[in-house]
Amino acid sequence: MENNKLPVDNTSFFDKPNNVKRVLHSLYGCCALLLLLDFVIHRHVAHNWENLWGFYPLYGFVGCVILVVVAKWMRTFLMRSEDYYEKGEADSDKMPRGNKNNTELGYHDVDA
Amino acid sequence: MWMLEIPPFLPFFIGALIAAISRGALRNVLMVATPIVSALHLWMIPEGIHLQFPFLDYQLTPYRVDKLSLMFGYVFHIAAFIGIIYALHVRDTLQQVAAMLYAGSGLGAVFAGDLLTLFIFWELLAFTSVFLIWARRTQRSYNAGMRYLIIQVLSGVILLIGTLFYVHEKGTLAFSFIGLEGIAGWLIFIAFGIKCAFPIAHNWLTDAYPEATVTGTVFLSAFTTKVAVYALARAYPGTELLVYIGAAMTCFPIFFAVIENDLRRVLAYSLINQVGFMVVGIGIGTALAINGAVSHAFNDVIFKGLLFMSMGAVLHMTGRINGSDLGGLYKTMPKTTVLCIVGAASISAFPLFSGFVSKSMVMSAAVENGYDWIWLMLLFASAGVFHHAGIKIPYFAFFAHDSGIRANDPPNNMLLAMFIAAVLCIAIGVYPSALYALLPYDTGYNPYDATHVLAQTQLLFFSALAFVWLNLKGLYPPELRSTNLDVDWAYRRAFPSAIQSTFSVIWKADHAIRQAFLVKLHQSLAFLARKNKGISNLLSHTYPAGSMVMWVAVILATYLILSFIR
Repeated sequence: MENNKLPVDNTSFFDKPNNVKRVLHSLYGCCALLLLLDFVIHRHVAHNWENLWGFYPLYGFVGCVILVVVAKWMRTFLMRSEDYYEKGEADSDKMPRGNKNNTELGYHDVDA
Repeated sequence: MWMLEIPPFLPFFIGALIAAISRGALRNVLMVATPIVSALHLWMIPEGIHLQFPFLDYQLTPYRVDKLSLMFGYVFHIAAFIGIIYALHVRDTLQQVAAMLYAGSGLGAVFAGDLLTLFIFWELLAFTSVFLIWARRTQRSYNAGMRYLIIQVLSGVILLIGTLFYVHEKGTLAFSFIGLEGIAGWLIFIAFGIKCAFPIAHNWLTDAYPEATVTGTVFLSAFTTKVAVYALARAYPGTELLVYIGAAMTCFPIFFAVIENDLRRVLAYSLINQVGFMVVGIGIGTALAINGAVSHAFNDVIFKGLLFMSMGAVLHMTGRINGSDLGGLYKTMPKTTVLCIVGAASISAFPLFSGFVSKSMVMSAAVENGYDWIWLMLLFASAGVFHHAGIKIPYFAFFAHDSGIRANDPPNNMLLAMFIAAVLCIAIGVYPSALYALLPYDTGYNPYDATHVLAQTQLLFFSALAFVWLNLKGLYPPELRSTNLDVDWAYRRAFPSAIQSTFSVIWKADHAIRQAFLVKLHQSLAFLARKNKGISNLLSHTYPAGSMVMWVAVILATYLILSFIR
C-alpha cells in the first residue's frame, strides 16, 4: 500500500510547542504529587526496602536510565546492517513467489 | 439439552473446513459464529473427563475439563473471536484456514488429558501456525517460517521422547503433575521450555512472529506460548528452577526491545517478558502465584493481541513498521492511537487496566515467599516493560517526529476487533472479580489497596519521567535501521559458517588423501605390470585383452554344445 503523503499541516495538537510543554509539565506535577503522597499514605509493607522514602520512584527512574544506557551500550556489539542475514541467506531460487523487486531498505511487505 | 460433549477443537476444525470451501460474506458469518457457538458450548460443560477411550494398553483422554484448562479455553475463544474479526477483510483462504486450525489445535492442547493427545496438538500447533508466517509470501518470511518450524517440531519430538520415558517410568499417559524427576521429567520440561521461549531457546519467537502476516501475528501471539504456560502450570507448579528462568525472561528481552527498530519485534520481545512473569508465578507455586500466572496469561492474550493488532494496523495502512520510518500518525489514525494506548497501559499494568490486577499477584507472591532479588528483578522488568512497550511503541509509531505519512485508520473490522480487546482490557482492570471468579484457587486477593496502587503508579510515572529526561538530554538511543544479533546469530551465522569452514577443511583433506591413494595405486599397478611382463609376454599388460575375451567365448560355446549333446 502506498503512503499518501499530503502536505504537512502544522495544526495538530503536538505540533504546538506549548501543548508539548503543557503535557510535560502535567507529568512533572503528577510525579511531584506522587512523591508527596508517600508522606500521606500509610503503606503496609511486605519488604523493608519499601519503607525507604521514595523507593519506588527512585527505583523506576534509575532502573529505566540503567536500562537505556546498557541497551545503548549493547548496540556497540550487537548492531549490524539491516540486511545482515540476507547477505548470508542468498538462496533466492527457493523463493515461493513474487516480490524480488522490493529490495528497498526498510520496506515491509503487506499481505492482501 | 444439547449436552453432546464435543471437544472444543472440533468446532474450529469444522470451521476451518467451512472456511476452505466457502467464500465472501457467508464465510465471514460462519467464521465469526464458530468461536461464539463453541464458547457457549464450553460454558455449559461441567468439569470432569468427557471423552476417554483405551488405546493399546493405555487410556487416552482427549477431553478433560477442569478450572485450569477452562481458563485457557475461555481466553483462547476470546482470542480466536477477536482475531477472526480482525482478519475478516483477508481474502487469502490459506490464512483463514490456517488460523482456524491453529486456534483449534491450541484448544485441543489445553483440554488434552494425556500426554499423547498433548503431543499431537503440540505438533499441530507448529504445522498450522507456520502457514500464517509463510502466507506473507516473501523470501524472508519463508526462511523465518522454516527456522520456526524446525524449532517447534524439535520441541515436539523432545516431548514425544519424554512421553515415552514417562510411560516407561510411571506406566501411565495421564497428563498431570510431572516434576523434575528422571529423564522424562527433564525432557518434557525442555520441550515445554522451548515452546515457552525460555532464554536461549527464545529466539524462534522474535525471529518468526514479526515476519508473519498482519493478521497472522495476532493469532500467533495468543496461542503457542500460552499453551506452553498452561502445560508448565499443570506439570511443573512449584518447581523452583522456573522462578529463576522466569525472572531471566522478564529482564533480558527488555534490553533488546529498547534497541529494536521493528515495532512488532519489540512486541515479540515484550511477549517473552510477559511470559516471564507467568513462569515466575508457576515456579513459586502457591495458590496466589498460580492464580497470578494464569490470570496474567489470560490478560496477556488480550492486551498483547491488542498491541499486535494496532501495530498490524499501522503496517497494513502504511506498509512500514520500523520505528525509524514512522511517527506522527496520531494525526490521521486517532482511533488506532487511542486503542494502542489502552493496550500499552494494560501491558504496563497501570491501575484500572487489566495487566495491573494480574501482575501484582505474581509480585506479591514473590515478595511473600522471600524471593527478594527476584522481586527486584520483576520490579525492574515492570518499569522496563512500560518503557519499551508502554511508551516506545505508541511514541515512535504515533508521535515522535512527523514522518509525513498520512495513513488513515484501518478498515472497520480491524477497528472493531481492537475495540473489543480494549474494552476487555479496561473491564477486567476495573472489575477484576469477574476474572478472579474463574481462577483455579480462591485467595480473596484484592489488587486495589492504597499500597499497591501508589507503588505501581509511582514506579510507572517515574519511568515515564526517565524517558522524558533521557529524550530531552538526547541520551535516548534513536531508532536505527539495523539488525540486532541475538541467539539466532548462533544458528543463522556462526553455526553455518563453522559448518562451512569445517566441511571445506574436510573436503580438502579428503581430496588430498584420495589423490595420494590414487598415485600409490597407479604406482603399484605399474610395478606389478612390469613384474608380470618380466615373467611372460602373455601376462604383460600390453598383451591384447581381446584374446582373453575370445577364449572365454570359446569355452562358453563349448559348454553350450555339450549341453545340447546331453
